[in-house]
Amino acid sequence: MGFLIFLFWAAITLGVAMAAAWAFRAVATAVTRGETQRALRNAPLTASFGMLVIFIYLVVAILAPLIAHFPEREVVGSQFMPWSGDHWLGTDALGRDMFSRMIYGTRNTVGIAFATTALAFLIGSVFGLLAATVGGWLDQGLSRLVDVMMAIPSLIFALLLLTIFGTSIVTLILVIAVIDSTRVFRLARAVAEGVVVMDYIEAARLRGEGLVYLITREILPNVTAPLVAEFGLRFCFVFLSISALSFLGLGIQPPTADWGSMVRENATLITFGDITPLLPAGAIALLTVAVNFVVDWQLYRASGLKE
Amino acid sequence: MTNRPRTPGITRRGLMKSAGAIGAAGLILPASYRKAMAEPKRGGTFRIGFGHGNTTDSLNPALWDQAFVQVLGNTMHNYLTVIGPDGQLQPELAESWEASSDAATWTFKLREGVTFHNGKDVVAEDVIASLNHHRGEDSASAAAPIVEAITDIRADGDKVVVITLEAGDADFPFILSDYHLPILPAEDGRIDYTKGIGCGGYILESFEPGVDAHFTRNPDYWKSDHAHFDRVELYAILDSAARQNALITGEVDVIDRPDLNTIHMLERAGANIISVSGTQHYTFVMDSRVAPFSDNNVRMALKYGINRQQLVDTVLSGFGVVGNDHPIGRSNRFHADELEQREFDPDRARYHLQQAGMDSLSVDLSASDAAFSGAVDAAVLFSESAAQAGITVNPVREPSDGYWSNVWMVKPFTAVYWGGRPTEDWMFSTAYAAGAPWNDGFWEHDRFMELLRAARSELDEDLRREMYVEMQQIVRDEGSNIIPMFSNYVMATADNVMTPEQIGSNTTLDGVRATERWWFA
Amino acid sequence: MAHVWRMIAQRLAFGLVTLFVVSIIIFGATELLPGDFAQAVLGQAATPEAVATIRRELGLDRPWAVRYFDWLFGVLQGDFGTSLAQRGRPVTDMILSRLGNTFFLAIYAAAMAVPLALTLGVLVALWRNSLFDRIANSTALSAISFPEFFVAYILIFVLAQSGYFPSMARMPAGADLGEKLYRAFLPALTLTLVVTAHMMRMTRAAIINLLASPYIEMARLKGMRPSRVIIRHALPNAIAPIANVVAINLAYLITGVVVVEVVFVYPGLGQLMVDSVSRRDIPVVQAIALIFAAAYVLLNLTADVISTLSNPRLMHRT
Repeated sequence: MGFLIFLFWAAITLGVAMAAAWAFRAVATAVTRGETQRALRNAPLTASFGMLVIFIYLVVAILAPLIAHFPEREVVGSQFMPWSGDHWLGTDALGRDMFSRMIYGTRNTVGIAFATTALAFLIGSVFGLLAATVGGWLDQGLSRLVDVMMAIPSLIFALLLLTIFGTSIVTLILVIAVIDSTRVFRLARAVAEGVVVMDYIEAARLRGEGLVYLITREILPNVTAPLVAEFGLRFCFVFLSISALSFLGLGIQPPTADWGSMVRENATLITFGDITPLLPAGAIALLTVAVNFVVDWQLYRASGLKE
Repeated sequence: MTNRPRTPGITRRGLMKSAGAIGAAGLILPASYRKAMAEPKRGGTFRIGFGHGNTTDSLNPALWDQAFVQVLGNTMHNYLTVIGPDGQLQPELAESWEASSDAATWTFKLREGVTFHNGKDVVAEDVIASLNHHRGEDSASAAAPIVEAITDIRADGDKVVVITLEAGDADFPFILSDYHLPILPAEDGRIDYTKGIGCGGYILESFEPGVDAHFTRNPDYWKSDHAHFDRVELYAILDSAARQNALITGEVDVIDRPDLNTIHMLERAGANIISVSGTQHYTFVMDSRVAPFSDNNVRMALKYGINRQQLVDTVLSGFGVVGNDHPIGRSNRFHADELEQREFDPDRARYHLQQAGMDSLSVDLSASDAAFSGAVDAAVLFSESAAQAGITVNPVREPSDGYWSNVWMVKPFTAVYWGGRPTEDWMFSTAYAAGAPWNDGFWEHDRFMELLRAARSELDEDLRREMYVEMQQIVRDEGSNIIPMFSNYVMATADNVMTPEQIGSNTTLDGVRATERWWFA
Repeated sequence: MAHVWRMIAQRLAFGLVTLFVVSIIIFGATELLPGDFAQAVLGQAATPEAVATIRRELGLDRPWAVRYFDWLFGVLQGDFGTSLAQRGRPVTDMILSRLGNTFFLAIYAAAMAVPLALTLGVLVALWRNSLFDRIANSTALSAISFPEFFVAYILIFVLAQSGYFPSMARMPAGADLGEKLYRAFLPALTLTLVVTAHMMRMTRAAIINLLASPYIEMARLKGMRPSRVIIRHALPNAIAPIANVVAINLAYLITGVVVVEVVFVYPGLGQLMVDSVSRRDIPVVQAIALIFAAAYVLLNLTADVISTLSNPRLMHRT
């Protein structure tokens, strides 16, 4: 019986999500034109759903002060108040409004995760492609450097660096981005290496094309797919890194609300069957799924498969 | 030694909140503990899960710090004296002792017929070697400051030890109960702690630092009515959720430091909660040498700007009592009941700020959960309440790693944990005396020092009390410590774990003697 | 083939250099950390005299370069030194049992995760954009969006509190393999959930990336079944990126699982490393860092050898 009820609600949720995605696609195609409109019209429902979620997160992040009833850090009640009209999701261990912190958390978490991932990809893919294309001593040098950095476990490396340099948000972003960029480098280099030996690259080289042209016009388009797929995952690994760091006592400075730390703060409750920590964890999961749905769609478009 | 400390008892959440501290006369036992009064039974494997334990722990008593190694020490070793469940000093390896009239020379008579686990008799030579382990110019012992006052130790035959102090100290035998000072067998005048031999109730079988320690019962233990278990196993379970689950799923019988936020759920899941109020307190210490904290008005403004009751209710979930800005707990002999409890008062905070010639104040408060669990939350709450008085307190989360060496006594305003001390003199000498190594506020006060010296060798009870009360008042009104709360020692036990009627309040786990004093139903 | 052997020899030589550089970085970073062993081990109880004594006894008052080369010469002679905290206890002795535990857990988790991830990856590539693809993807993605400790707590709540599996993975002395597998099941399952999605998605992406290639098109036009196209033609060419992602995740299983070790009270190297870093027990930190680095270098080399063997073009590149 319980299973049937679960199936029922799952079906309802799925239905609502699909309807919302469909409506979002309809609205989106109505307000855009040209190339974008054509692309959107052909987007599968999952991708529309992903875009809808990302859109909602962005709106929430930008309008956080307008949506939240209470300030991010203010103690507004006693600890662990139940869900009510005033406090939609109750209060946390200090008596701060959980809903408001979730809302502000969107801004902080998504901002930090995006900045970190973008930086990591910028560093990692630029050097990765360079190494694969130029080869020789540059490739050797960069690869060995990355080998050394990757040979140190990332969590412990981050722990060391953050203890030395302090735990401001900027340091946090830089440290995680640099450590993450080594993974991006390896992937970018590995994929590009397979492309570099192709005949058309050889032809372009013989034509006397410059390095920038080779990388941006010939190699990049052929390595985008795995890189984009990796981006979707790396994005969510940033939340995990922050969460794991806060497990070890580092991470984002309080009282700033971020989902990774909020999961950590409330995690003990789950072992008693209380679902509070599922809220920030669910928020991360939903965003991850949404981002990766969009990524899948782009990946599919890029692969050129027409079926 | 006729002093009778007032004794706190077992209290539980509800009782604590309504009654505050409960004296010996008001000791109320919850129903589940009534059966505890039955005769102790022998047998079983007693497993404790600790919130402490580090792969760098060792058998060296000079380096012991947290509860895991304290219990380890008290399980395998005995001490000259021990603090009883009622807070009174009891004889252990020292059968009796007497002081010279100036309280500067102490003669301890050792108990007959006590042997180490290797069969060797416990004699004066062992006591001397064990204490000397912490003394001397090049001592690397954490206990060096507390044995510093000893100028000479000598044996008078096999069973008498005479200790000479540089000045009188009426409370000296209390010092010898410190967990750093167990008695180990001497070999050529030195102790070899690596062999793991003691004369306590259990014999060490294996010790894997940061993981576990296993013991079997010492069949020749001289206390026939103690050490009831066949085996004892100590486990380091650092994650609080893992610790709770270990108790719920029956992997351990007792856990130390359960997560206070979710303790009502743990109780609902069938665990017994034991909460004892003692001397453990949390402070926010200001460096009195540097501006703005060098101005006592600033310190007073901050003292009035903190909402103590909110901290006790939230950070301690009610498992504690508010502090009055001095480090003497309600269970101490000379606690000053007559001092008015300081309350949260934004107006008075503003008044003191004006007296200091300031309109507003902005300070950074360094905290980390290494200071005490919930320290970061406490700093956040402090900043919220201080804001109402126009004071900006910026909570800064420092890395737990290296907190004690890089933040405490380095940054000007930090969160600190104090286990407290069984005697007033010990507490004040450790952290409030001018020039003391752990005077973390770098605070100096002439009248206070005068009183401290006078009270130490004073044997008249009433005079001592007068002096200690004045000292508490000085620390409260001029000191550099904000002491918002005294936190209880909280433990959770499985249903079949039995405890004596009264549980030691000097530290956690029945004065870290649970393995010796508790038993299974 | 000679080319491959030369590459292996060359990479192993580079691996040794890597280990050397890692040891310098770790030593330097640990030196840069505020405080040293004497202060860390005494903690709140540190007095200047006690700190000075401990430093003198352990030789920590010597300049860092002297201490580093002292350590290095010891290692070159096969002596990893003794732990600062466990005076006189050889580092190798401290590490050995934990090393076994770490490898046991990593292999256990990999044995579940790798086949699962590769199978799922091929299946979702085959049935791409189907409902199965979406559900498998969403589930895997949700699983990795949850922090490890949180996955662990949920598993404890569901599987340990009901009594199916123990919540602590401690190993009693002399446990047989069956008991070990039983006791370590929850941490291994947690790790499986954590690493599967990454490998599965990379497998899917690598295969789909190849499906538009002319030779796949050709195979399909010849009327080959889609499953055969993927397994016979796409998979062999997708091996390079797959081997890479598998290597990264295997390295992670060995070196990155400190959080899981803490939650399940499993005595592995990660916990020892973090503890030793926080206590500045440099000989132990160095030894574990070298083990982790060596594991990483070897796994990576294996992945590169597989990539090279799978791509004839790379074989002939000089």
